[in-house]
Amino acid sequence: MSKREVISSGNDLAAMAAVDAGCRFFGGYPITPSSEIMHTISDLLPKVGGACMQMEDEIAGICAAIGASMSGVRAMTATSGPGISLKAENIGLAHIAEVPLVIVNVMRGGPSTGLPTRVQQGDVLQAKNPSHGDLKTIVLCPGTLEECYTETVRAFNLADRFMQPVFVLLDETLGHMHAKAELPSLQEVEEGIKLRRQFVGDPADYRPYDVPDDEPAILNPMFKGYRYHYTGLHHGPTGFPTEDAEICDRLIKRLFNKVDAHVDEIESYEEYMLDDAEYLVVAYGSASLAAREAVNRLREEGVKIGMFRPITLFPAPDKKMKELKERFGNKVFMTELNMGQYVEAFERATGMHRDEFVTLFKANGRPISPADMIAKIKDELL
Amino acid sequence: MAFNYDEYLRTDKLPTLWCWGCGDGVILKAFIRAIDKLGIKKDDMCVVSGIGCSGRFSSYIDCNTVHTTHGRTVAYATGIKMANPDKHVFCIAGDGDALAIGGNHTIHGCRRNIDINMILIDNFIYGLTNSQTSPTTPQGMWTVTMKRGNIDPTFDACKLAEGAGASFIAREKVTEPRKLEKVFVEAFKHKGFSFVDVFSNCHINLGRKNKMGSAMANLEWIDEITVSKKKYDAMSEEERKGLFPTGILKQDTEAPEYTALYEKVKEAWQNNTKVEL
Repeated sequence: MSKREVISSGNDLAAMAAVDAGCRFFGGYPITPSSEIMHTISDLLPKVGGACMQMEDEIAGICAAIGASMSGVRAMTATSGPGISLKAENIGLAHIAEVPLVIVNVMRGGPSTGLPTRVQQGDVLQAKNPSHGDLKTIVLCPGTLEECYTETVRAFNLADRFMQPVFVLLDETLGHMHAKAELPSLQEVEEGIKLRRQFVGDPADYRPYDVPDDEPAILNPMFKGYRYHYTGLHHGPTGFPTEDAEICDRLIKRLFNKVDAHVDEIESYEEYMLDDAEYLVVAYGSASLAAREAVNRLREEGVKIGMFRPITLFPAPDKKMKELKERFGNKVFMTELNMGQYVEAFERATGMHRDEFVTLFKANGRPISPADMIAKIKDELL
Repeated sequence: MAFNYDEYLRTDKLPTLWCWGCGDGVILKAFIRAIDKLGIKKDDMCVVSGIGCSGRFSSYIDCNTVHTTHGRTVAYATGIKMANPDKHVFCIAGDGDALAIGGNHTIHGCRRNIDINMILIDNFIYGLTNSQTSPTTPQGMWTVTMKRGNIDPTFDACKLAEGAGASFIAREKVTEPRKLEKVFVEAFKHKGFSFVDVFSNCHINLGRKNKMGSAMANLEWIDEITVSKKKYDAMSEEERKGLFPTGILKQDTEAPEYTALYEKVKEAWQNNTKVEL
């Protein structure tokens, strides 16, 4: 199947990917630097019979998207950090009620209004724990324009597989970067679509939340003869509220187990020039664009260095990061556009503290240049 | 033969969580009778509720039901309706739910005139959480946060709906269940945003501290503050003070409905033309 070559931006590619993946409802609210996603999808969706709604606020944007998804339609919302803060409560509802949803966050400088038109990877830990209570998110982080497309497609399939929201973390750089991208064919995307499971049988036997302890709920579309109840309260096998201690315990543990038991279906990362490497760079998202260039330049100088780039940030690739620690020890350089958010995941997986290896963080809305990375690596790592 | 409510109820979820004598039960019955009268099939309807005593409304009706977060009924319902324009979508919300935390969604649901049927269960208080002041609590009444008498001005929900552009607006009360049923029938038939403000009693958490601790006393007070639209229209400004008109207050069948308008958006994109309004 032939690839498609386009010149586009990360935001436009996320919108295109959504529609190609079968998304038919978008609810959103204008916010820099994600608005282009809504601009583009508001053109694309009506052409294919779907609907895009600019709602009255961020909260309404996600609520409308969750509503559409509850009824059985693939749905998405897109925003930036302040929008995620506002949507937080309803992200929690989608988790506990097990409603699939794709949430794109085009990260900008924070906290608060921060630096609206500039880049930061400051919402990584927010994506890990966006809402109150115990929940387990899935967070994908494209590092190339191609991945802005392919990871958005994957997000829809994962959302339907695990019946929960899936985050796609872009940032201002990737969202607004225009360049050539090679996309999979539409046929390939369509053949890869895996829709949510459905119960087939007598409606009287339908118990949507009565599933094995490591599987998601099976939620049929509305208006098709299976009448059930969605709630943000703790609920039992049929979806109705309960305070039964054992049922509540099982429910919350299952929301964790359904992800933890299937990490192999979710995990993804890139290993770049690691085969013979003696030094390791860890970077993700748009910071990995500069990190790759730094690796290339250092290689030209004969430095045996390579990069590990997580694409699925959460659940974190713990096993892989542990292996890397065993191989590279503290010959590690980690860089991100924040005060060290993903370092926490790396520390947890490797047992190392950030003081034991080299780090370069920046949270002033500017990218880190390859030259800055190389200087830091030469000063402190080599 | 007596009307069979069970046909529309999840009887295994009964009795309801509502207090003895609560108006919510009257509204639930009127709702079911209206659905039955219109012949709306259970598989063609969705009931969306929010948080508060009214939030439990959805769990008792045997159809597709959604119990959402506080104040967000109209936003959820908008997504459901846009994805399923041919289905009947109902919002049930309390006065705190629809007018305080969710006020913005109520306004914009009305403004879009999307075909959602919204029932406001207006009992003038936050009942479930024990008597905090709501946007419709009358001035001077005791609330747990204004024990010396509420000073916050009272909200007229129907005037809000009118200002925001709802095409069907009515007010009724639980003391007249037959009228309530009739208004529901008209509201549910209406294409566009229909807003029905139903005055209901909370003798437990409004009444007890305001000298109407029985259901009857609370209901009598509701009768005292309401008057039919016809009588209200004939009154002077002075006579209208403290009174709320009941009945159908607005019914505009010409106003364009949102999902129908959005169909024009689809056509315009598909035919490369502009939307014709």
